[in-house]
Amino acid sequence: MSKSLKLLLTAATVAGLGAVAQAQTYGLGREALPEEVAAWDIDVRPDGLGLPEGSGSVLEGEDIFLERCASCHGGFAEGAGRWPPLAGGQGSLSSDDPLKTIGSYWPYLSTVWDYVHRAMPFGDAQSLEPDEVYAITAFLLYMNDVVLDDQFVLSNENFTDIHLPNEDGFFMDDREESPLFPPHDVCMTNCADSVEIVMRANILDVTPEDAAAREARAAVAAGTETAAAEEPATQEPAVDENAIDMELAAEGERLFRQCAACHQVGEDARNRVGPILNGVVGRHAGAVDGFRYSGPMTDAGDSGLIWTPEEIDAFLENPRAYMNGTRMTYRGLDDADDRAAIIEYLRTQE
Amino acid sequence: MTDSHQKDGPTRRSFLAGSAVAGAAALTGTAARATDPDPAITEVQPWARYLGDGVDARPYGHPSEYEAQVVRRNVEWLTADTTSSVNFTPIHELDGIITPNGLCFERHHGGIAEVDPAQYRLMINGMVDRELIFTLEDLKRFPRENRAYFLECAANSGMEWRGAQLNGCQYTHGMIHNVMYTGVRLRTLLEEAGVQPAGEWLLAEGADASAMTRSIPMEKALDDCMVAFKMNGEALRPEQGYPVRLVVPGWEGNMWVKWLRRLEVGDQPWQQREETSKYTDLLADGRARRFTWEMDAKSVITSPSPQAPITHGPGPMVLTGLAWSGRGTIPRVDVTIDGGINWVEARMDGPSWDKSLHRFYYEFDWDGSPMILQSRAHDSTGYVQPTKDALRDVRGENSIYHNNGIQTYAVAADGSVENVEIA
Repeated sequence: MSKSLKLLLTAATVAGLGAVAQAQTYGLGREALPEEVAAWDIDVRPDGLGLPEGSGSVLEGEDIFLERCASCHGGFAEGAGRWPPLAGGQGSLSSDDPLKTIGSYWPYLSTVWDYVHRAMPFGDAQSLEPDEVYAITAFLLYMNDVVLDDQFVLSNENFTDIHLPNEDGFFMDDREESPLFPPHDVCMTNCADSVEIVMRANILDVTPEDAAAREARAAVAAGTETAAAEEPATQEPAVDENAIDMELAAEGERLFRQCAACHQVGEDARNRVGPILNGVVGRHAGAVDGFRYSGPMTDAGDSGLIWTPEEIDAFLENPRAYMNGTRMTYRGLDDADDRAAIIEYLRTQE
Repeated sequence: MTDSHQKDGPTRRSFLAGSAVAGAAALTGTAARATDPDPAITEVQPWARYLGDGVDARPYGHPSEYEAQVVRRNVEWLTADTTSSVNFTPIHELDGIITPNGLCFERHHGGIAEVDPAQYRLMINGMVDRELIFTLEDLKRFPRENRAYFLECAANSGMEWRGAQLNGCQYTHGMIHNVMYTGVRLRTLLEEAGVQPAGEWLLAEGADASAMTRSIPMEKALDDCMVAFKMNGEALRPEQGYPVRLVVPGWEGNMWVKWLRRLEVGDQPWQQREETSKYTDLLADGRARRFTWEMDAKSVITSPSPQAPITHGPGPMVLTGLAWSGRGTIPRVDVTIDGGINWVEARMDGPSWDKSLHRFYYEFDWDGSPMILQSRAHDSTGYVQPTKDALRDVRGENSIYHNNGIQTYAVAADGSVENVEIA
């Protein structure tokens, strides 16, 4: 911590907290129970405060990483598509193309543990056990060459011994000391002889096109409606009971976002952590080409399980209870209406 | 600091007379003359003949169908997935200083949390005399206050470090909104729990799927921060943190934790992901600034701008824009139409509130020739918004965050506007 912030905080302690001591209270709220604090207070600090007991090895971490993380972060933590790379980039920070990873940029290992535990896997947050988080963290240390031994085991005992390479690469905000900061006079007239345009955004041409919106406005003005200007399509309840309830499907589309971290639908869908779900309603279980199903799922498909709405409903309610050994790590969806909405949405994905 | 030549209003006209060509018909002040009667007047319009919707048709009102283009937009190539992404406020379509709730830009890291207010809890734990739990109803029993503050993402204009890239202030400057919040002073809640003397830092945590966290120094927490449950009079929108968000006036938007569920008091910062690997400012030498909380003074012309070209031809026109500072108010904005050779003071209009958006106008007669537009904010500390090149000189091009450099637009004779940089 910089000297200036320390001073600032000392001042706060004297001026601010002194006042707190005599502050008015209202007697609102209630005392938190220890179990409640323990459930939510999951943060971990660089000094190790907050770390639970546990351990995990590089090799255990590799298995978990490939299963739970690699679809976004790559098998070598190098990143996939636009998802973040987690390894590499050492020595790149002062280049034109800095690569900010755990090994090249992050100052503290506790941040890795804390973030993996609180927010990962993306779309299935807080589903990892402490030992799994230790293992993933150990694997990431190995992929970043911070530990070189693939037999390394990370635990709450040795955690604070590990220091990331860029720990000293940060300093407290000092913008107010920059030459730009002090008040100064500005020139108002005849400040330059000439000006020249040296760069144009048009040349890059990366601005999203909003012609559709403009056309929609023109169409509305002309008295005709276009799809872009309409509300999402809704239909009258159909006589045909197989007809899709578009309102329910729209709700399902919203709810499907929690599934989308692992499952893709639509034209360009491909298998990710989970298989493509196009046409899943009514098809055989375990039937998507190129997807590595669990043994039980493959067996179920072989013995004729069809994903009827009823079967999907039962599966979604509690995947692991429905099918012991499934790779789907999703915890399940208690709300029957939400399940119905997701199934309705899946019915629209032929 | 203020150039005395520019203090009185009429000199704006003399500035123009010097730099712009007079002589267009409109400059004489004579209104145009029509040859044929206007059917918009001579024909009875449908809305003037037939009855419209009744009072039960729109229980929650929406904008006119003719305003369908006024929406938030995202930039698809920017992020891997829309659930951890950003969209942008259409500031080129707005006026005044308050952002309508449905147009406030969104940035979230695990999608929009849909929190049931009946299940909402706010916990205060850590170095306090009493670890407490509040329900939403509890929060509403504390004394409230109303304050308008801008919220700007630290990465606003972050795509422009290496040069002009996106054509439209919605994309270059639209990670900002300005809202009137109703809520409880954070100080009030901390006093209720009793902060212990060693409690110099506060961790704020969200209830969403990213469990967003930021460390905030206690001095700021006890100063002007709020725990808000209303925006512009109504409940927070889900995408803005319903039912409760933190308000951290003047400081980068990432700290304004949405879906706020927990406040922990501690004796040192937690060094969370969003204050180490992100929201730190990498400089050219490879070192990085951390805890760059305040948003520096900044301004942008919102109209004309690439998405809001001049469509009316030469003659009287209104140039307008927004200015703000995380360190106070904006007493002055300068404007140039010749690329910075000559400047005039814009006319500030509307309320001038601490750490809130300010609106400026510059009314002039356009002669129809190409222009190069810029605006330059001065804040109440005397700080002057720098040029982008001046900023690059001290920051390099890898900072991503805190780009408050002066924006330049080239206006062509046909009224179209482009994001450019000049030398």
